[in-house]
Amino acid sequence: MPHIPLPEQLPGITGLLENRLDTAQPIRELTQLLLRGESTLSQGERELIAALVSSRNCTNFCEAAHTKAADLLLGDDVTARAVKQDIETAPVSEKMKALLQIAAFTQQSGKAVTPEAVARAREAGATDREIHDTVLITALFSLYNKYVDGLATVAPADPAYYQMLGERITSRGYVRPPGGYPVQTH
Amino acid sequence: MPHIELPAGLPGIRGPMAFSPETARPLNDLVNVLLRSNAHRFESGLSEGERELIATYVSSLNDCFFCQTIHGAVASQHLGDDDWSLVNSVKCDYQQAAISSKMKALLTIAGSVQQGGKAVTPAQVEAARAEGATDHDVHDTVLIAAAFCMFNRYVDGLATWAPEDPALYKYRAQKVAEYGYTHEDHYMPTAGSPT
Repeated sequence: MPHIPLPEQLPGITGLLENRLDTAQPIRELTQLLLRGESTLSQGERELIAALVSSRNCTNFCEAAHTKAADLLLGDDVTARAVKQDIETAPVSEKMKALLQIAAFTQQSGKAVTPEAVARAREAGATDREIHDTVLITALFSLYNKYVDGLATVAPADPAYYQMLGERITSRGYVRPPGGYPVQTH
Repeated sequence: MPHIELPAGLPGIRGPMAFSPETARPLNDLVNVLLRSNAHRFESGLSEGERELIATYVSSLNDCFFCQTIHGAVASQHLGDDDWSLVNSVKCDYQQAAISSKMKALLTIAGSVQQGGKAVTPAQVEAARAEGATDHDVHDTVLIAAAFCMFNRYVDGLATWAPEDPALYKYRAQKVAEYGYTHEDHYMPTAGSPT
């Protein structure tokens, strides 16, 4: 049960964002820019970072949602799973491996990112912008994961829920639907 | 040395914010709403100074020098803590600090969020409620703590530069307390400018 009253029909992050539109607005805006804005990293690659970080933080709701988003964007259900299991043997480019390792360090602590990890990414062709975005996406999902777990939100067990959510965030993105979400009537 | 090429001379988060102004805007919006405007909502039981204390405490747990120093300075500015002794006592041992029992209970929750969201227990939330914390206060405490786990990672994950001189943080803190978090560079008094 969540630590504070939240709309029951909106599990995970959705209820938190609807509950507090004041703080949700900049969080949604930042997410939309980072995961859906112009980038030399594909949307699928950026969702892989979100899925990896959420998996390392053991935040089931976010891990399931962003794994599904990555699956839909990459067109397979193998890559995200492999990345979460072992970055080095996953079917992604050397540049993505290096960026995912930077994300894995940042998830632990900003101070854990080593010059060697950054040098590896650069040698594999990563730009300053890609390294910046990798660090900031990881930092943003540290916020999300701690927010979702810190208030003990509910994560639905039904995989169909994440299919729906994955389709929503790959088609509509991270902006609030016009008029918000339907209010449950009893 | 920063991990990527950042505009020179800008302290802490200001470097990456200048590198990426598009993302800087919602980041500044978030910190302004969480640490400043929300303090003045009628449901809020947390002042601007208390919100800054939560930010400072979490940043110190994450060992982020820049964030704990600037937010500590802003907290001190709001709380009339001229010699920073109150803020230092919160960072060292908040249970013994001269703050309310409600703040101690909320800092416990903030510390749990820093470790991992699942470390927040119903008993910790209950203890905060027993000291008068509202749902709004519990929510804002968790989100401030989570947000600073983001800001601290952004600042240290790119190995940004932070000045040592406390006077620069004090100067910036006065400006932040007055104007909020902006893109303006309030770190250094302009040479020859009226004081």
